[in-house]
Amino acid sequence: MNLPPTRQSLRDPNAPARATWALIAVLLLWPLLLVAEFRPAELFDARNLKVMGGFLGQFFPPNLGGEFLALALKATVETLAMATAGIALAMLLAVPLGLALSHSLSISRIGPGPGRGVGEALRALARLALLLLRGIPEIVWALLLVRAFGLGPAAGVLAIAVTYGGMLGKVYSEILESGDTRPARVLLELGSGRLMAFFYGLLPGSAQELASYTVYRWECAVRASVIMGFVGAGGLGQLMDQSMKMLNGGEVSTILIIFLLLVLLADAISNAVRSTLA
Amino acid sequence: MSATTLAERRSALGFCIYCWGTIACLIAVVWASFAYLSLDLSRLLTLESGRSMLEFIARFFPPDLSAGFMQKIAKGTLETLAISAVGTLLAASAGLVLALPASGRLGSGFKLATRFALNFLRSVPELVWAALMVLAAGLGPFAGTLALALHTSGVLGRLFAESLENAPPEPARTLVESGAAPGLAFVYGTLPAITPQLLAYSLYRWEMNIRMATVLGFVGAGGLGQMLYYELSLLHEPQACSVIIAMLALVVLVDAASAWVRRRQMRPGG
Repeated sequence: MNLPPTRQSLRDPNAPARATWALIAVLLLWPLLLVAEFRPAELFDARNLKVMGGFLGQFFPPNLGGEFLALALKATVETLAMATAGIALAMLLAVPLGLALSHSLSISRIGPGPGRGVGEALRALARLALLLLRGIPEIVWALLLVRAFGLGPAAGVLAIAVTYGGMLGKVYSEILESGDTRPARVLLELGSGRLMAFFYGLLPGSAQELASYTVYRWECAVRASVIMGFVGAGGLGQLMDQSMKMLNGGEVSTILIIFLLLVLLADAISNAVRSTLA
Repeated sequence: MSATTLAERRSALGFCIYCWGTIACLIAVVWASFAYLSLDLSRLLTLESGRSMLEFIARFFPPDLSAGFMQKIAKGTLETLAISAVGTLLAASAGLVLALPASGRLGSGFKLATRFALNFLRSVPELVWAALMVLAAGLGPFAGTLALALHTSGVLGRLFAESLENAPPEPARTLVESGAAPGLAFVYGTLPAITPQLLAYSLYRWEMNIRMATVLGFVGAGGLGQMLYYELSLLHEPQACSVIIAMLALVVLVDAASAWVRRRQMRPGG
C-alpha cells in the first residue's frame, strides 16, 4: 500500500536526538572555551603581530649555508637513528607483553583446569605495566631519563622504547585477538605450545597488520624523536630549540623544510615496507 | 616424497624473497642506528646504574598529596582537558572542510594543493607549532589550543579524506539522480556512512591530544605540562610525581570513556 508522504513521515526521525546532542555540545563547549582562554583577537594584537611578522619575515629565504646545512643533516640522521633504535627496543618490550596479554593464546581459557586465576592475574599485571608505560608521554619520559642518564640521544631512544613499547604491546594483543583466532585455538587444543600456536595459527593472518602498525608507529617515533630535542635529547629538535630561542627565522624555516621532507620520506618508506610485506 | 609435495615445499619455503630481503634490510638499518648513536646498552644493565636508577626513582616518592597542591593539579587538569577538547574540535571542523578537496571532489588541482597543505600541517610537530603560537598569541593555553588545532587538522584532514574516498558512492549518486542538490546528497548519502569512522578518528586524536596538551606546557602553553616542567626544574620530585600521576589518571579515564563511546557506536541503533 503506497500512501503519499505526509508531513509526519517527511520529518527527520532523528531530530530530537540531534537537537539534544547539539545542546549538550554547546553547554559543554562554553566553559571549555573560557578555560582554554580562547581569544582569537589576541592573534591580531599589534605587539604579537610585530614579533610574529618579524620572525616570519626572516623565513624567506631559508638559511641554506653549507655549515648550517651540514649540521642540520647530521641532526636529521641522528633523529632517524633515534626513532629506529627506539622502535627496535620497543618491539623487544612489546612482543612478549603483547603475546602474554592476548587471550587467543591462553591455554587456561580453553577448558576447566588449574591456572586460570594465575593467568588472569598475570595478564592484569601486564596490562597495568603497559598502561603505565604508554600513559606517560614520551617527552616526559625523556625529561626524566635525561636526568638519569645525562644529555644525549640515549635518553631519547629509551623514552621512545618505553612509550612505544607500551602502545605496541597493547595494539599487538588487540590485533591478535581481533583476527581469526580459530587456527590458534585448534593448535592449542591439539596440544601445541603457545609460541607454535602463535607462529602457525595467528601470525600468518595478522602479520601484515602487525607490520604495518609497527611501521606506522615508526613514523610517529620519527616525529617524537624530533620533539625529544626540546628537552636535550639531541637530534633536529635541539637545533630547532636553539634557532627558535634566537628568533632566527632563516634557520627555523630550513629545519621546517627538513621536517616536511622527513615526514614525506618516512611516509614513502613505510608505504614501501608495507607493500613489500603484504 | 612425491615431486608435487617437494615443489610445494619449495614454493612454501622460498615464497617471498622480497620478504626476507626486507627483513634483512630492517635488521641492518636497526644495527646501523645503534652504531651511529654509539649506544651501549650493556652499560645500562650494570649493577651500579641499576642502583642509581633506583635512587633516582625513590626521590619521587611519596607524591605530594597536600590539599593546596591538589587544587593546583585540578586546575591544571581542567586546563589540559579544555586545550585538548577545543583544539580537537577546531581540528575536526577544519579537517572535514579540508577533506572535501583533498578527497578529489573538486578536481585534481585542488586535491594536490590540499594534500600538500595537510602534509605540511601534520609534518610540523605540535610542540613546534606551540612554540610558534606562543610567539603569535602570547603565553598561555590559547597558544596550546591553536597548536593542537593546526597539527591535528592536518592529521584528521588526511584520515577524513581517506574515509570519504572509501565511502560507497551509490547512496549519494542515487540521491543526486533523483534530483537532490549535491550538498544535501553529501549530507544524507555520504556522511551517515562515514560518521562513525570520523567520530572514531576524532576521539582517537582527542585521546592523543590530551597527552599532547600535557606536554605543550614545556614551551609555555599552559596545562599540566607547565606545572611538571616548573616542579622538575626546581627539583621538587614529589610534586612532579603528583603531576605525573594526574596525567596518567587523565589518560586512563579518557581511554575508558572513548572505549565506552566506541562500544555504543558499534551497537546497532545505539
